[in-house]
Amino acid sequence: MAVSAIFGAKVNRREDPRLISGTGTYASDVALANMAYAAFLRSPHAHAKIKRIDAEKAKKLPGVVTVLTGKDIGSKLNPVPCAWPVTGADVKIPKYYPIAVDRVRYVGDPVAVVVATSPYEAADALDAIVVEYDPLPAVILQEEAMKKGAPLLYEEVPNNIALHWKIGGGNVSDAFSNAEVTIKERFVNQRLQPTAIETRGATAQYDPSTGMLTMWVTTQNPHVHRLLLTLMTGIPEQKLRIISKDVGGGFGSKIPCYGPEAVVALLAKETGVPIKWVEDRHENYVATIHGRDHVQYVELAGKKDGTITGLRVKVYSNLGAWLSTAAPGVPTILFGLILPGAYKIPNVECEVYGMVTNTTGIDAYRGAGRPEATYIIERLVDIFAHKIGMDPAEVRLKNFIPKDKFPYNTATGLAYDSGNYEGALFKALGMVSYDNLRRELQMLRSEGKLVGVGISSYVEVCGLGPSSVVRSTGFALGLWESAIVRVHPSGKVSVFTGGHPHGQGEETTFAQITASELGVLIDDVEVIHGDTDRIPFGMGTYGSRTTPVAGGSIVIACRRIKDKGKKIAAHLLEAREEDVQFDSGKFFVTGVPGVSKTLAEVAWASYGAGSNEIPSGMEPGLESTAFYDPPSFVFPFGTHVCQVEIDKESGQVKIKRYVAVDDCGKQVNPMIVEGQVHGGIAQGIAQALWEEAVYDEHGNLLTGTLSEYAVPTAVELPKYETTSTETPSPHHPLGLKGVGETGTIASTPAVVNAVCDALSPYGVENIDMPLRSDKIWRILKEKGISK
Amino acid sequence: MYPKEFEYASPTSLGEAVALLKKMGPDAKVLAGGQSLVPLMKFRLASPKYLLDINGISNLEYIKENGKFISVGALTRHHSLERSELVKQKLGLFSETASWIGDPQVRNNGTIGGSLVHSDPAGDWGSAIIASRALLKIQSARRERIVDSDHFFKDTFTSAVAPNEILTEIRVPVPPDGGRSAGAYEKLERKAGDFATVGVGVQLTLSRNRKTFEQAGIGLTSLGPTNLRGKKAEKALVGKNVSLETIEEAGTAVSEEVKPTDDVLRGSAEYKRAMARVFLKRALTRAARKAGASGV
Ligand SMILES: Cc1cc2nc3c(=O)[nH]c(=O)nc-3n(C[C@H](O)[C@H](O)[C@H](O)COP(=O)(O)OP(=O)(O)OC[C@H]3O[C@@H](n4cnc5c(N)ncnc54)[C@H](O)[C@@H]3O)c2cc1C
Repeated sequence: MAVSAIFGAKVNRREDPRLISGTGTYASDVALANMAYAAFLRSPHAHAKIKRIDAEKAKKLPGVVTVLTGKDIGSKLNPVPCAWPVTGADVKIPKYYPIAVDRVRYVGDPVAVVVATSPYEAADALDAIVVEYDPLPAVILQEEAMKKGAPLLYEEVPNNIALHWKIGGGNVSDAFSNAEVTIKERFVNQRLQPTAIETRGATAQYDPSTGMLTMWVTTQNPHVHRLLLTLMTGIPEQKLRIISKDVGGGFGSKIPCYGPEAVVALLAKETGVPIKWVEDRHENYVATIHGRDHVQYVELAGKKDGTITGLRVKVYSNLGAWLSTAAPGVPTILFGLILPGAYKIPNVECEVYGMVTNTTGIDAYRGAGRPEATYIIERLVDIFAHKIGMDPAEVRLKNFIPKDKFPYNTATGLAYDSGNYEGALFKALGMVSYDNLRRELQMLRSEGKLVGVGISSYVEVCGLGPSSVVRSTGFALGLWESAIVRVHPSGKVSVFTGGHPHGQGEETTFAQITASELGVLIDDVEVIHGDTDRIPFGMGTYGSRTTPVAGGSIVIACRRIKDKGKKIAAHLLEAREEDVQFDSGKFFVTGVPGVSKTLAEVAWASYGAGSNEIPSGMEPGLESTAFYDPPSFVFPFGTHVCQVEIDKESGQVKIKRYVAVDDCGKQVNPMIVEGQVHGGIAQGIAQALWEEAVYDEHGNLLTGTLSEYAVPTAVELPKYETTSTETPSPHHPLGLKGVGETGTIASTPAVVNAVCDALSPYGVENIDMPLRSDKIWRILKEKGISK
Repeated sequence: MYPKEFEYASPTSLGEAVALLKKMGPDAKVLAGGQSLVPLMKFRLASPKYLLDINGISNLEYIKENGKFISVGALTRHHSLERSELVKQKLGLFSETASWIGDPQVRNNGTIGGSLVHSDPAGDWGSAIIASRALLKIQSARRERIVDSDHFFKDTFTSAVAPNEILTEIRVPVPPDGGRSAGAYEKLERKAGDFATVGVGVQLTLSRNRKTFEQAGIGLTSLGPTNLRGKKAEKALVGKNVSLETIEEAGTAVSEEVKPTDDVLRGSAEYKRAMARVFLKRALTRAARKAGASGV
């Protein structure tokens, strides 16, 4: 492929051959000599005092190296840190220890750890530990947890309220008192279990001769992970190396650092043998964070002509039994600021309560806060349209921020960079021939069919993010990203990125960006990530940030290399620097393309560093480190349209058609963009129709295995018709925006809108997710549609 | 997900297998496709002391026609039943049932015998053998016996096969007169590969003029403590006209005789009762059409 065409080309993902041929290296592939296996004994009670732990029998079993309880660990490990004490919020971060000391707070809370020479012996030893519990009343639901007299999880968190946050802009009470139409709803955005195919796991090896602890962990952010592990274990950062080669999916669940990982580090140091621990699926489902779980009280104010004038939102968010790494930021900053969506709503108010409960901790899950917000506004727009008798597409058009009003400041304080919301909407409506489709549905309805169409027009805030803004929200670190681009003497290139792609395809897209910037062949570029001893300090992959932010740092590093290269080329060509140009891998004198030096020649000269090779006073070598701190967030957007039919007899929802128009600015690789959109839509549809973490009243997770938790398969999912519009980000060096989460954000309300549209002739306004067949059937029965 | 220690034996003949079972006593478990037993062992819900792997017994995996019966070896994989031409032609109910089970991995490994002995009321095969009035051949060191499908399921996860016995063959009567007999399996599931919310298997024979139901067998999945026979629904059909009304009556009858339980994940008992009706009607309609009926 011509070097000049590499940016924007549908290059096959270079990471795929190793992943699909089983030659990747995941956490459980790590095998070291003399390795021992850790296993955690986990609480069967949602809430209980630990009266006594007797591990004597377990310790005597064959192969058992050691058994440690929370008391044994004592002050050797610090509590699990929370990195986002949101500014302006009342946040109470309780002390939550890696292994419970005297009290367990959810089913799955670790109470002891076993080390044995095989995983089988470790499992046997778990069975042999006797724990006496004194069960306490448990609280599962957030609205129950904040009631007076509810069981308290932590003394230091009165009423279990660990988070209280408010924002607002405009004058919401005026908007509501002057409204011609108001809408009031209670939405439930259910709890979900992020189902990364690879469960979590860690292997730690301590080298007493150097004091280095090396840890292979499955994580989305190796350096952040290292920092958090340092906080928990006290092992200094320079003595801790995190390696994370291939990661089998994260979806947010591998951003946080978890207690057991610190325990594994401690065990490696204390026992002197490498320690490995890998979750099984059930353990993953109870002990790895869950996502979402909002109860939302929402109100919309508007005029009869379709203008939306105000939005008021009160949310009760479940945080689970501990405050995970980013937990307080998800239902606040990542949620509240984007509530107005694609619309010019001058008056917006949002109040959030976050409660600790006797359930698995909740943190970021693909979309993280933004799906919860988009769901509110996109559902409300539909309900509003229905109430005033206007087409939902028209209401959207009427309220969209017009394309000439960017950058646009929202009432919630965000500055949207660029957008053409009507462009994406029209394109999507065109693809489904919307007017015809409406007529067709009308006909089908008159034949008794339950059919509907739903639209969702979203805006996402991503590319997290400008450090000064991020810091002002209370996040513990800035969210810039780093890159080292190293041109070797032969002209081949290594790119070390602080991002940590784990399925998103940036090993490919970063090679494309580099190849395109430096004019080298893509095969001459290696992308390295996931090892704290190789890459510069980096923030990792989440929040649809990697392509825009880490990609941005690579572009800057490449440009610095070209600047230096120009100086060297000018020296070699005996030309003035101003007269030297760079194009397609060659430095040449303006107007004399024949007189040129290739990047490889310049690289060679830079390493030779003789006086006839580089200008005097110049440092040798050709590499650059760049830290790109984005000037602002990026705001991808789009419109999805979903058409459904409901089986009248069984209540099953069938998606007949799914159209997605997404705008993520310039696309480095449209095939990878499409892949991200597909996966995102699948996860979003899954929330709308099937997935839900369910607890019984005792706090047992009823969806603790893959045969209960209903992750859909290709069979249930529709064929996606995807396309895009292109509105570059004006402040990004390549015009890029993120696309990792858009599908998840857009699709959920599109599906629910379609189902509610199908049932709207029967007076159905809202149904809470997931729209399982039995739930729909009950409604059909109540309405006399089915028997 | 690590099972307890166990001893493993891999006999190569049925005689050897039943002799070993006798010796090992009730602490032994037969291992067929492992698709139910191995997960139970990994969760340590089952911890057999001995595992008797019957996969090395060569003559337990077959599908053949023996006069009035199609005989299926207990070790026959779901996949083989799904793909067999003989089964497709004469026992459409069985090929349909197989296609609904789990995913390709499960169908490649799992066996019809293992599924039946496991006796999960959510197992699909139970309904197929009930609807088709199959006979089950069971072998111990002492004797061979035959149990009919009405007496095979004793309780949830308990079949007529004793710990010292091996299920060896499923004998399915060849439905009379190919053209006017047909079967169908309908399943409501949350997603592909899920266990049934409800499942219905039917095996019909119509009169020669295709006007009445001559024989009707109905098996029900996830609608009681075991797979059930839809006796009242069968009665509502046999001798009656092939018509939508008759099918409707069978649907009503079935919803009255099933014994579903509430299930937080897959639906209430009430829903399952209603779905038994809906999915029975669908299965009956489809089977009747396959058997040449018109007007349904
Ligand atoms: C992911 C998944 C999805 C599934 N979905 C479905 C589904 O949709 N529908 C469905 O019906 N099933 C489903 N199953 C179960 C599957 O059909 C199993 O194959 C079946 O239940 C057991 O058959 P097996 O050969 O694997 O038996 P095993 O697991 O080997 O044994 C099961 C039990 O039967 C005993 N046993 C086995 N063979 C004999 C024999 N010949 N004589 C005496 N005892 C014997 C064993 O000792 C054990 O107690 C699913 C399983 C999985 C893992």
